[in-house]
Amino acid sequence: MKTHNSVKLFASAMLGAALCGAGPIHAATLAISCGAVGQELEFCKTGTEAWAKKTGNEVKLISTPNSATERLALYQQLLAAGAGDVDVFQIDVIWPGTLANHFLDLTPYAKDVVKNHFAASIQNNTVDGKLVAMPWFIDAGVLYYRKDLLEKHGAKPPQTWQDLTETAKKIQDAERAAGNNQMWGYVWQGRAYEGLTCNALEWVASYNGGTIVDDKGKITINNPQAVAAVETAAGWIKTITPEGVLNYTEEEARGVFQSGNAVFMRNWPYAWSLAQGPESAIKGKVGVSALPKGGADGRSAAALGGWQLAVSKYSKNKELAADLVMYLTSPEEQKRRAINGAYNPTIESLYKDQEVLKAVPFFGELYDTFTSAVPRPSTVTGSNYNQASNQFWNAVHAVLSGRAKADASLGQLEGSLKRMSRGGKW
Amino acid sequence: MATATAELAERAPDPAAPAQKSQLTRSRVRAAWLFLTPMLILLAMVAGWPLLRTIWFSFTDANLSDLSGAKFIGFENYLAYNDGEWYGVLADSEWWNAVWNTLKFSVISVTLETVLGLVVALVLNASFPGRSLVRAAVLIPWAIPTIVSAKMWGWMMHDQFGILNHMLMSLGLISSPLAWTASPDLALTAVIMVDVWKTTPFMALLILAALQMLPTDCYEAARVDGIHPVRVFFKVTLPLIKPALMVAVIFRLLDALRIFDLIYVLTSNSKDTMSMSVYARQQLVDFQSVGYGSAASTLLFLTVGLCVVLYITFGRVRFDGR
Repeated sequence: MKTHNSVKLFASAMLGAALCGAGPIHAATLAISCGAVGQELEFCKTGTEAWAKKTGNEVKLISTPNSATERLALYQQLLAAGAGDVDVFQIDVIWPGTLANHFLDLTPYAKDVVKNHFAASIQNNTVDGKLVAMPWFIDAGVLYYRKDLLEKHGAKPPQTWQDLTETAKKIQDAERAAGNNQMWGYVWQGRAYEGLTCNALEWVASYNGGTIVDDKGKITINNPQAVAAVETAAGWIKTITPEGVLNYTEEEARGVFQSGNAVFMRNWPYAWSLAQGPESAIKGKVGVSALPKGGADGRSAAALGGWQLAVSKYSKNKELAADLVMYLTSPEEQKRRAINGAYNPTIESLYKDQEVLKAVPFFGELYDTFTSAVPRPSTVTGSNYNQASNQFWNAVHAVLSGRAKADASLGQLEGSLKRMSRGGKW
Repeated sequence: MATATAELAERAPDPAAPAQKSQLTRSRVRAAWLFLTPMLILLAMVAGWPLLRTIWFSFTDANLSDLSGAKFIGFENYLAYNDGEWYGVLADSEWWNAVWNTLKFSVISVTLETVLGLVVALVLNASFPGRSLVRAAVLIPWAIPTIVSAKMWGWMMHDQFGILNHMLMSLGLISSPLAWTASPDLALTAVIMVDVWKTTPFMALLILAALQMLPTDCYEAARVDGIHPVRVFFKVTLPLIKPALMVAVIFRLLDALRIFDLIYVLTSNSKDTMSMSVYARQQLVDFQSVGYGSAASTLLFLTVGLCVVLYITFGRVRFDGR
C-alpha cells in the first residue's frame, strides 16, 4: 500500500511539475550531516522526518565517521571546497572557532529563544559576535557502574580514583574466580584521538592539574598533579583495564560494558538509554555517578562535550536550513530526545521537567556536573587547537602504552606546545 | 632488438630505400603520436598537474581554510633554523618515525608476500582436480576493497570479542587475549599480517603467469638426468622466472611504500604504525597545513623514487623481457 501510494504521489508530483513548467519549486531537499554514535542517526532521522512532514520538504541524512577527529577532517575538506552538498552540519563543541568562517549567522532566526539555552553554550557558539551554531545537546563524561555487582560485593560507587581502582580490582578478581574470565574492572576511551584528550583532561583536572593550557594561553600541563593523574591511569592498563582500550573509542568501550564484561565505564550520557534498552544484557543493572575525584583534595571533573547545529554558508536553501535547525533545537524536540535517547538538553527548564527526570533520573542528580563541566582549551588555542590536542593525546598515549614515563612525556609536551604557540602567544 | 634493427637499417645498401623508409617511418611516428596524445594529456591532467601543484605548495605557507592566500617561503617547510632550533619536516622526529615505520613495513611485507606468493604459485601450477576453482578462490582477498578487509580484520582482531583471539585461545596458543591493534609491540605486526593476507594472491598470480611460460624441455632433461626437484627449482625454475619476479616485487614495493588505507583504518593516527602517507595526510587535513603536508608528500615521492632507482640499479631489473 505504502509503495503504491508513494508511486501515485510521485506520478502526480511529476505531472504537477510538468504542468507548472518552469514555475517555482516549493518543496526543497535539504541535506543534514548527523553523527551515528549509538542511536544518534535514528533520532536525527525521526526528528528531521517530523520537520519534513510539517513543512512539506525533504531531508536527506548523511552519516559521518564516528570518530570526532575524522569527522572534522571530512567537514574541513567539504567546507574548504565550498561544497553546497550539505546544508546543516552537526559540529562539536570545540569546532565553532575553527569552522566559523563557513557558517551562517543564526542570530536573526534565534534571537527570541537564545535566552532559554545555557548561556555558556551560546557563548561558546558565538564567534566575533556571530551566532554560528545552535546548541543541540551537551555532553559531559560520567561514570557508569554495575549496580548489581557493587551490591553483590558490598561496594559503594567510588569517590576517588583510588576507590575506583580498588573496587574494580576486587570485583574483577572475584568475578573471574567465579567463572567469568572475560571480566574487566574499568573501560574508557584510550585510542589516540580527541576522545583521549577528553578522558585525560578529566584525570588531570580532577587532580587539580589544570586544563593543559590556561585561559591566558599559558601552558600549564607540566606539573606534579598532572603527572600523578596520568601515572594513575597508566597503572590501570592490564590490571583493571584491557590493553585493547588503547584502541577503543566510545562504541568499543560500550560494547564491552553493555555485554556485561566490565564493572565501570567512562562514557557520555548517550550510553544510558542503550544500556537500559531492551536488547541490553545489563538492563536495569546500571547506575550512573559523577566521575571520581583525584585524591581527597581533588575534585570531580567532567569534560564538556556537546554538539551544535550550523548552517553552511554555501547552502542553496539557507532560510529552510535555518528553520530546520531551529526546529531540531526547539524545546519539544530536545525533550523527545532527552526522554527517549538520554541526550542532555541545552535548555535549562527541561532539567526540571518531570517526564524527562523520570526517564533519565541522573539528569537531576548530576545537574551540577553538567553545568560545571571542564571545557577543553579550544577558545584560547584557536585554530591550533586540533594540533595541540593531537600533541596532548599522543603524549598521554605514549605513557599509557608504556613507551614513555609520565614526567618525561609531559615535559616534552610542554616544549612542543611552547614551540607551536611561540611561547604561549597562540 | 631495437638497436639491432637500427644497425641493419644503417647498413642498408639500397640508396632508394632510406627515403622510402623514412616516409613510412614518418607516417608511423605520426600515427604513434596521434594514438599517444590523448593518453599523455590524460596523464598530465590526473598525475602531472597534481604532482606539480603539490611540489609548488610545499614551498608555500598554504592553509586548507584559505588556499588562495599562500605565500612563497622557500625551503622553510623542509628545514629552517630559527632561534637556536631546527624546524621543518626534516627536523621532525615524527616524520623520521614514519619513514622508519614505512620502510620496515615495506621490506617485511613484500618479502613475506614474495615467498608465500611463490609457494602458492608453485602449488597452483601443478595439475590437480578442481585447479581452476582454487585459482579463482585464491584471488578473493585481492578482490575485496582494502577498506572493507581492513575493517573486517579490525573486528576479527578486537581484543575482547574478536574471533582471532578466540581461536588462538581455544587452540591453547595464547593464555590471555592479545590487543592486536592497540599494543605498541603488536600493532605493526597486525598491519603486516593483514597486508600479507591481502596481497599474496597478487604476487601468486604474477608468478603463476611466469611459471606457465617456462619451456618444458629443461624439466624433461632434468628428469632424465635424475636431478632432485629442489635442485631443479633453484637451478632452473628460479633463474627462469627471475625477471618476472623482480618486476612483480617492484610493483608491490611501490604500493607498499605509499601504504595508507590499511593502516589508517586499523590503527588510525597511532604513532606506532604511522606511515609517511598517514603523516602527510594528518598535516594536510587534520592540521590544515597544506604547505607543510605538501612538503611531506614531496619527500614521500622522492623516497619512493629513490627506493625504485636503488632497486633497479642493484637488482639489475630489465623491463624489455631479456
